[in-house]
Amino acid sequence: MKVLLRNPRRELDVPGPLRVNALLAQLDLNRESVLVIKGDTLVTGDAMLADDDSVEVRPVISGGAA
Amino acid sequence: MKCRRCKAPAVMDIRRHNASFCATCFLHHCTEQVRRTIDDFKMIAPGERVLVAVSGGKDSLALWDLLLDMGYEADGLYLGLGIGEYSDESGRMTRAYADKRGAKLIEVDLRDDYGFDIPSGSKAARRVPCSACGLSKRSLFNKAALDGGYDVVATGHNLDDEAAVLFGNVLRWSTDYLGRQLPVLPGEHGFPRKVKPLVRLGEREMAAFCVLKGIDYIVEECPMAAGNKHIGYKEALNAIEETSPGTKHAFYFGFVDRTHARFAAEAVPQGGDLGRCDRCGAPTTAEVCAFCRLVERAAAP
Ligand code: SF4
Ligand SMILES: [Zn+2]
Ligand SMILES: [Zn+2]
Repeated sequence: MKVLLRNPRRELDVPGPLRVNALLAQLDLNRESVLVIKGDTLVTGDAMLADDDSVEVRPVISGGAA
Repeated sequence: MKCRRCKAPAVMDIRRHNASFCATCFLHHCTEQVRRTIDDFKMIAPGERVLVAVSGGKDSLALWDLLLDMGYEADGLYLGLGIGEYSDESGRMTRAYADKRGAKLIEVDLRDDYGFDIPSGSKAARRVPCSACGLSKRSLFNKAALDGGYDVVATGHNLDDEAAVLFGNVLRWSTDYLGRQLPVLPGEHGFPRKVKPLVRLGEREMAAFCVLKGIDYIVEECPMAAGNKHIGYKEALNAIEETSPGTKHAFYFGFVDRTHARFAAEAVPQGGDLGRCDRCGAPTTAEVCAFCRLVERAAAP
């Protein structure tokens, strides 16, 4: 599957099928810090991703102290 | 996973509530949480006019959206910080949202109106960017609220922001900051009331809210934030939250509900002991307020 990552923007190829939580574990990402968007909607941690899916893993931590 | 409320397929899981929601029920959940926060802390009275500090990021646009949908008279204030492409893009997102909603947006531009931007101005004034930026935001939000006759300034600080600030204040035992870290700062000494209606919602929920509502926000991070302490605190708290869901909420609301009062006596009130700034008339303890001093040093050629 195609996985789009942000900040910086880059694309990875990860073999499916795979559950969302397993994908995040593989990428060493904390589930609290990202959303996974498949097509135009969100998917939960237990959702299955197929080999031909395109997903975006979007970080949600924002920065300024003020 | 199925939606906790209606059993439809879920799109969003919230581990600290041990719950999942479909899109409709998740948006309902966000509205409920904000309604409850506004009521519990008496943030906005009926008929009061609200000025929302909008940055083009997920939190402030979601807050504006929620307040408008709940029927509040809420105008936006966008501050042009002059941080390169990041500011251009966040300005575009903010204007696009205001247009789409037919909402009123006030804009203040640091460069056009005060002769400096955050990157060059902070250097000239020898302040770290986030400090110059925070000071500018506080002063200009106060000023715009008073000039426009607004009763309340609302900011998009979420649970993760507040937990991270609390964490930093506890690590350094900054008791004066702890004394005034509440979701509501009362209006006093010529300052408007400040409220944070999103404190019951996490940062992941705010991003999800925007995705599900089709609100375009700037996903890119402010380049000045890279590596700052605040982000480090959030990552540390998220590492704990991953193994113990609910920790951030317990930490922050334990402080607000049970511990804050112990520090209240040490709180420095907004503006302290009050005179008026010789230049701009804002309440200040000095002859010239910190923002006017920043402008003077930052705008010097
Ligand atoms: S990260 Fe710092 S400089 Fe950037 S917007 Fe936030 S406070 Fe301002
Ligand atoms: Zn539902
Ligand atoms: Zn002044």
